[in-house]
Amino acid sequence: MATPRSAASRLLQNRAFLWLCLIATNLAILALAILLISIVWQGWSTLDGDFLAQRASRKPENAGILVPLLGSVWVCAICGLVALPLGVGTAIYLEEFARRTRFTRFVQTNILNLAGVPSIVYGILGLTAFARMFGVFGVGADAGIQLGDQDSLFYLRLPFGSSVLAGGLTLMLVILPIVIISTQEALRAIPPSLRSGSLALGATTWQTVWGMTLPAAVPGIMTGSILAMSRAIGESAPLLVVGSALFLMATPNNLMSDFSVLPLQIFNWAQRPQAGFHDLAASAIIVQLIVLLAFNGVAVFIRQKLQKPLL
Amino acid sequence: MTTETRRAGHMNPETGTTTTAGSKSAQHGLGGLPAPAIGHTAPATPATTAITVRGFSSWYGSFQALKKLDLDIPAQRVTAFIGPSGCGKSTFLRWINRMNDTIPSARAEGTLELHGTDLLSRSLDVVELRRNVGMVFQKPNPFPKSIYDNVAFGPRLHKKYSRSELDQLVEQSLRQASIWNEVKDRLHASALSLSGGQQQRLCIARAIAVGPEVLLMDEPCSALDPKSTLAIEELIETLADRYTIVIVTHNMQQAARVSDQTAFFYEGALIEVGDTEKIFTTPRNKQTEDYVTGRFG
Repeated sequence: MATPRSAASRLLQNRAFLWLCLIATNLAILALAILLISIVWQGWSTLDGDFLAQRASRKPENAGILVPLLGSVWVCAICGLVALPLGVGTAIYLEEFARRTRFTRFVQTNILNLAGVPSIVYGILGLTAFARMFGVFGVGADAGIQLGDQDSLFYLRLPFGSSVLAGGLTLMLVILPIVIISTQEALRAIPPSLRSGSLALGATTWQTVWGMTLPAAVPGIMTGSILAMSRAIGESAPLLVVGSALFLMATPNNLMSDFSVLPLQIFNWAQRPQAGFHDLAASAIIVQLIVLLAFNGVAVFIRQKLQKPLL
Repeated sequence: MTTETRRAGHMNPETGTTTTAGSKSAQHGLGGLPAPAIGHTAPATPATTAITVRGFSSWYGSFQALKKLDLDIPAQRVTAFIGPSGCGKSTFLRWINRMNDTIPSARAEGTLELHGTDLLSRSLDVVELRRNVGMVFQKPNPFPKSIYDNVAFGPRLHKKYSRSELDQLVEQSLRQASIWNEVKDRLHASALSLSGGQQQRLCIARAIAVGPEVLLMDEPCSALDPKSTLAIEELIETLADRYTIVIVTHNMQQAARVSDQTAFFYEGALIEVGDTEKIFTTPRNKQTEDYVTGRFG
């Protein structure tokens, strides 16, 4: 015989659970707020035009982030330019063209596994494959083959050494699985009825992808890709392994330039004993957060902008 | 309640000018069914065969979906496939334009020919086949584009058109699908803003725009209200003058109202095929009679 549940006790349960959820949410927000406030408190005073325009220095008042900021831009640009076409192309192949064979299942499983590999492992791969090229061209990262003038924009050397190109390609390895998976998910979210509708009109698979599936999936692909790029900007471990510099005066001027990146500069400054460098680290964190927020803002904007006509 | 609305649905075409010519209204309703108007037009000329089916079987993996079908589908007539769910009607429809190619486990053997062209051949150009054999789906599936672009999508796939040629083609297709008057002022509005019935007529316009000979319709009215259903049925009757139409339907009155020939499928086999009038009044087979009179299925 079932006893009726009293409305009062059920309402109490409901309210208790609501409070539990509210506390959890507020704790997370509080932690973030404390972090942000303390960083802005510490770093705001040293964040100015000089800080953005100055290069590395032994004195905190003369040091700036021009070199690592430009290094981050170069590395992430290379990373994005290579990872997006490769990742989107792979996802389109797997979702729209490939039949479900043992081979494609194998590839799919591996992509899922790669997304979970710690980024430092990619750093070791990048060091071997890009910076040293398996020792094919000589010992370690020494330039075995050189093409063009060292100072020109088109200077190329093999192996790539600890260059922006090697760093960018290494970051590409880190985010490639993320780009592939998010693009696949965006493509899967397109109703199959649109594909059949297009195929039934006599469209080839390519025409269906280009004219129907891809335009409808662009907001999802862009969101996923930009979140992957945000991850790339924040990565430090793989670049450390590849050989990113911690103290560098020269800004990158071609693909073979040495580089430093923002997260490593923050790490470097935070390690120094002088309190002045700790303030600089806080300022650099603010710059890094602004860059990250800008990326996410672009992602949100593109999603809003492109989703409207699709209703 | 549904009987009432359907009855209303079949009364209307009786008064319509396009449908009454030659249509015989049957006095002998079977087993309490409202007497349907059978056959949309009396064939003025003997129909030529468009699609020839001989000993046609198909499988999904090891499951045999269709068993040794023999059937002739006449050109410029409406052929209805009826039968309970899962009997293979839609599967067969999807073989005619090879949409089953998208299902890896699907295979077929036997003869399936359109004017003598083997539709099962591996070397068949399915792109050209699908241009020639259009399809309208169960659920209206307009593309998330403007009304104009929905209709223009198909033609653009196959040829390069000038702006004015395309405008003309879009208007002509929309007129043929009896939706031009409703959308002519908002051709560049989203197709998703249309009602379900309008969306389905848009999908028919889209299928017509590439200039097919055959139109396959897979339960085109099952997601629509009675009024929209009526509009589509009237449209099918006018389209039958130019196109070979094959329609799958769960609604027997609909089959009776719009088709010239009816084929009854049961568990993958073709039980009986014949003039719609005969299938609904004097079926040779007991199962057919039971099904069309509503005793099972």
